[in-house]
Amino acid sequence: MSVNEPGGGQRSNRTLVRRLLLVVVAMFGFGFALVPLYDVFCDVTGINGKTNRVAEQADGLVVDQTRWVTVEFVGSVQSDLPWSFGPNDVKMRVHPGQLSETTYYAENLSDRAIIGQAVPSVAPGVAAKYFRKIECFCFSQQELAAGARRDMPVRFVVEPGLPPEIGTVTLSYTFFESKNQPDAEQDHSNHAKFGVDAEA
Amino acid sequence: MTSVAATTDDHNTHHGPAKGLMRWVVTTNHKDIGSLYLWLAFIMFLAGGAMAMVIRAELFQPGLQFVRPEFFNQMTTLHGLVMVFGAVMPAWTGFANWLLPMMIGAPDMALPMMNNWSFWLLPFAFIMLVSTLFMEGGAPNFGWTFYAPLSTTYGPDSTDFFIFAIHLMGISSIMGAINVIVTILNMRAPGMTLLKMPLFVWTWLITAFLLIAVMPVLAGAVTMMLTDRNFGTSFFDAAGGGDPVMFQHVFWFFGHPEVYIMILPAFGVISQIVPTFARKPLFGYTSMVYAVGAIAFLSFAVWAHHMFTTGMPLAGELYFMYATVLIAVPTGVKIFNWAATMWKGSMTFETPMLFALAFIFLFTIGGFSGLMLGVGPADMQYHDTYFVVAHFHYVLVTGAVFALIAATYYWLPKFTGNMYSEKWGRIHFWLSTIAVNVLFFPQHFLGLAGMPRRIPDYALQFADFNMISSLGAFVFGASQLIFLCLVIHTIRGGSGKATDQVWEAAEGLEWTLPSPPPYHSFSTAPEVK
Repeated sequence: MSVNEPGGGQRSNRTLVRRLLLVVVAMFGFGFALVPLYDVFCDVTGINGKTNRVAEQADGLVVDQTRWVTVEFVGSVQSDLPWSFGPNDVKMRVHPGQLSETTYYAENLSDRAIIGQAVPSVAPGVAAKYFRKIECFCFSQQELAAGARRDMPVRFVVEPGLPPEIGTVTLSYTFFESKNQPDAEQDHSNHAKFGVDAEA
Repeated sequence: MTSVAATTDDHNTHHGPAKGLMRWVVTTNHKDIGSLYLWLAFIMFLAGGAMAMVIRAELFQPGLQFVRPEFFNQMTTLHGLVMVFGAVMPAWTGFANWLLPMMIGAPDMALPMMNNWSFWLLPFAFIMLVSTLFMEGGAPNFGWTFYAPLSTTYGPDSTDFFIFAIHLMGISSIMGAINVIVTILNMRAPGMTLLKMPLFVWTWLITAFLLIAVMPVLAGAVTMMLTDRNFGTSFFDAAGGGDPVMFQHVFWFFGHPEVYIMILPAFGVISQIVPTFARKPLFGYTSMVYAVGAIAFLSFAVWAHHMFTTGMPLAGELYFMYATVLIAVPTGVKIFNWAATMWKGSMTFETPMLFALAFIFLFTIGGFSGLMLGVGPADMQYHDTYFVVAHFHYVLVTGAVFALIAATYYWLPKFTGNMYSEKWGRIHFWLSTIAVNVLFFPQHFLGLAGMPRRIPDYALQFADFNMISSLGAFVFGASQLIFLCLVIHTIRGGSGKATDQVWEAAEGLEWTLPSPPPYHSFSTAPEVK
């Protein structure tokens, strides 16, 4: 009791404060640790529709001729990016295990070259684990010259392990303007918005 | 921290407060700092209330009447932030400062210098937050939950000031919480074991642990926002590999314990008031303590029930649904214990008891609508509608705020030495209680009918209920001015002197002190049997 023995009370106060500050620092760290934990959790469970962003192999899969899966294609552009972007095929019926190919188009509507990054997502979320992209324009950044238009292939396999209740899988892309732009001088205002200097 | 010993030493107990304005700037006295917190909270309550009046005036009729939609969004955002961080949280810290040393038989808080600092951060934080209203591009307009990317990519420039204000509030809360924990664990009078502590002390101890666990996570979230906005990171930006949904996870990992931070001290206050006016000891003291602990523990495991519509897998929905509904069990224990305390008691209905009873009834209504929202499939319907608005205003206004008002009536005679006017207390009670139901009850119907929240205009079929709700809001707002007058009147003498015990059946160490209590509460520790 600090009233009777001020010295002792002060010492135990200091120890307790130190321990509590340690909890505070640990919880601040935990807030940041949630970021990688979240990614790991989503990777392991395949929820959240996060699908692979580096190429995978199609080897070793047996084509299941008895089953059909409908794959739908969706594309959208984040509002800041002056591109037109979308799938050339709206949907496609495939067998699980069968290697398939489709294309998306992208057109730069502005008068400057722009680098964009497509972010893929699969719905329903649990299907993401069974959707392998062998080739995809989302694996790297895409640069389009002013007014240019390009068709970009996607090669993919739906794994035979896809849960039987899933009959339709939707592959969706959102194109974002990349933070690395080809020419910093052309458009200062844009980079100012992100608050970073473009490294040309 | 070196002043710990000095302020608890005997030579300090005889001097009074310093003179003039500097008394309040340099004070390390728990009562002075408590008063500062309470006045700041009251001012912020009126400021946040004024914003609510703007919101309800705009929603009085369909169409755009008074403000532009951008300004309406700034009002909903600042109303939420000011009420949560400016009114309810500082008010509870104010009561903690005033009451904890008196309740546990200590002379002052354990860390008086830090106490001063943790208060004086707040006025600067709120001046900075409110000043964003006058900045180019306007104040933050993304709702008090500041979801990315609304607050990162699309936030106004003033968002950076908002982030800094949140940092200051967080530091203040963490220091306040550390002070509370150290005071309770190290400064109790001899004989006061943990399970003899009054429930207000218990609930604050657990609240303080919640604070030091989740305020740093909030600080982390706004720091990530800051670097996303200004330093090119992509925590919440899908283009750079981040994920905006993750913002919601981090935010609600803070946000759900936060709602218990606001309500647990209220449980403590009600557990002090009900036994006094029922003239019976609290029923099930130990189960009350364990119930509060269980609620605090569960609060870390239910955050994603705010996110049922983000496309969680079925297993996640089920887990968060069951865990959420489980919280009803310890909460029910508390409600039933309060009812059992009143059972066959010799009850009288002074103003603190009236507000405590209103709390029990109306908080339970908020609890039930919370159960409805906690059921995943039902939440798909209610999500982001006025039903949610009705729910959290029942638990926060008729819950936390009513408990704060009850606590004010209950302890103000002790703090000031003067009785408040019972007649005006009752007028305040009946006006507030009727008006708050007229204000928020119709919002349940609006939500069930599909009216979305956070909009300045609405479809015609919602007109009648919105008008009723706005009328209730104006009366509720005005009746708080009665409360302000009543508090000032009591400080200036009120309706006569209060006795030391104030209430006939009040028990606890704070009632053994004179009214008003001496500047330093217990210079020699009382013996607790």
